Amino acid sequence: MAGTWVFVEQKDGNIRKVTFEMLSELKKGGDEVSAVVFGKGVEGLAPALAAAGADKVLVADDDLFAAYNTGAYVAQMVAMIKEFSPNAVLFAHSFNGRDMASRLAQKLDAGLATDAVAAEISAGKGFFTRAIYAGKALAKVEVTGSPVLATIRPGVWEVGSTAGAGEVVKVAIAATAADVYQVAKSFIPTVSARPDLSEAAVVVSGGRGCKGPEGIKLVEQLADLLGAAVGGSRASIDSGWLGHELQVGQTGKVVLPNLYVACGISGAIQHLAGMSSSKFIAAINTDTEAPIFNVSDFGVVADLFKVIPILCSELKK
Amino acid sequence: MKVLVCVKQTFDTEAKIELKGGVISDAGINLIINPYDEVAVEGGIQLKEKGVATEVVVISAGSDKAMDAIRTALAMGADRGILVKQDTAADEYARAVALAAAIKAENPDLVLAGHVAADDGSSQVPTRIAEILGLPHVNVMTSVEIAGGKATCTCEADGGTAVIEVALPAVISSQVSWNEPRYPSMKGIMAAKKKPVATVDAVAVENKVKIVEFALPAAKTAGIKIEDEADVCAAKLADWMKNTVKVEVK
Ligand SMILES: Cc1cc2nc3c(=O)[nH]c(=O)nc-3n(C[C@H](O)[C@H](O)[C@H](O)COP(=O)(O)OP(=O)(O)OC[C@H]3O[C@@H](n4cnc5c(N)ncnc54)[C@H](O)[C@@H]3O)c2cc1C
Repeated sequence: MAGTWVFVEQKDGNIRKVTFEMLSELKKGGDEVSAVVFGKGVEGLAPALAAAGADKVLVADDDLFAAYNTGAYVAQMVAMIKEFSPNAVLFAHSFNGRDMASRLAQKLDAGLATDAVAAEISAGKGFFTRAIYAGKALAKVEVTGSPVLATIRPGVWEVGSTAGAGEVVKVAIAATAADVYQVAKSFIPTVSARPDLSEAAVVVSGGRGCKGPEGIKLVEQLADLLGAAVGGSRASIDSGWLGHELQVGQTGKVVLPNLYVACGISGAIQHLAGMSSSKFIAAINTDTEAPIFNVSDFGVVADLFKVIPILCSELKK
Repeated sequence: MKVLVCVKQTFDTEAKIELKGGVISDAGINLIINPYDEVAVEGGIQLKEKGVATEVVVISAGSDKAMDAIRTALAMGADRGILVKQDTAADEYARAVALAAAIKAENPDLVLAGHVAADDGSSQVPTRIAEILGLPHVNVMTSVEIAGGKATCTCEADGGTAVIEVALPAVISSQVSWNEPRYPSMKGIMAAKKKPVATVDAVAVENKVKIVEFALPAAKTAGIKIEDEADVCAAKLADWMKNTVKVEVK
């Protein structure tokens, strides 16, 4: 079969946007693009995958795959790779994607480029650009072998409109219950009406300058007006104003939104590492010397407690 | 219970990255324990303090310089160290092969590591080690309970929090929110000097991933900056958001 595969990131039938981004980007090349979906009752996802560019949709449908678990997913993927010999398999650089790809790569004695922000793939070879030192440098790497394996950072590619045929291929189930070594005790979804931080088109972040939950509330109001995710500097996370999963920076998340708004954030090097690749950056800070202004497309030297409420009403106009 | 903690020596997160002769220069850069691994070291020490672990061994693959990272972990409270001497250009595969061979010889009940390194950001090595050793693994753990030969891990997961149980021995990679690493005390630093550190040579294997080139991202330049009354600032910022960024307002 060869071709290039995209492993579909989905939970309870909701496909993550990064999957569509990968399908659309690969569709621009000449190779056949297949979406590989594991789950229970997931065949119905095929039309959406086809619309983003999947020529084929390989479906492994079984109770064993109802929720992600490394052992069964890797065993199934190994069997499929042996049977179909794809040129490359791309995963999302999500928690599950990197977990699965790492174990798979080692099982295949193969190399793996994680968190790639650009890719050039040909048969038996892949070149990937990786952001290292949390984005302070870039490394172009070559992964040889078959298949070429990589995880791709969400948000680096756009979802296109070139559809593929989306031919559904049901694959044999090779994994068994004996492959499972992690027992899932519970899963508590993050209840938030806001988009995921690593996939959001707009991120509004609050730092120590927010001074407390009241200031964070202003950040949240602005975020909701823009349909944005909320993030924070380590100072606001360490102060307990925001959950740890919302930290942006070198020891938090790296974000790539169209617009990043930094409110009361000084712009420490560890924070800049997580957000300076954003397309547009705006900053609100009382200190005209704050380093955040060095990376901002639009900076206002002002008090966020005064600016944000007026900004919200101006935006609504 | 014997706990092994993998530590990588990395650049200080304050470091400014520069290229010299096409490669990343380490001139004048302060080296630290990868902040994620530091949390794993702290977690291992706390397990010993709680009486869950009996011994905490730190292991690092790297050049002779990595001895400093091991000594720091010993000063924090780990019992002994292992330095696996390896070229710093080793990729994730070669790193994992070298570490797994040394870990196997120790036969630990639990292997801890940070879930990612602050330098290469790969997030591969702990999972690869688990695969080589044929052990279960769990990634991005934020807290763990160990009892009855099992580890019950609360983990940061895509879209939520997962609780995952694995049988020991296992490899668990941790998230920075697990704990707050201690600073080594003077007494700890003195004691660390006398703690044993074994040195072994890495199993020689070829890298699977080749570096083609390094580059620095295009430097961001400062754009417009206005200093004015709050209402003027807000109006201009709103205008920029609407007309230049073209945001959608809900
Ligand atoms: C190993 C390590 C890892 C780290 N990882 C991260 C990371 O991943 N992410 C991260 O963010 N940090 C990280 N840090 C911490 C980082 O060094 C900074 O300490 C942190 O980013 C500072 O957060 P801040 O900008 O919110 O706070 P500060 O630096 O205190 O800045 C607050 C800003 O708010 C402004 N301000 C105050 N009042 C107002 C007002 N009313 N209106 C507008 N502006 C106001 C001030 O002028 C100031 O610029 C890390 C540090 C270390 C050592």
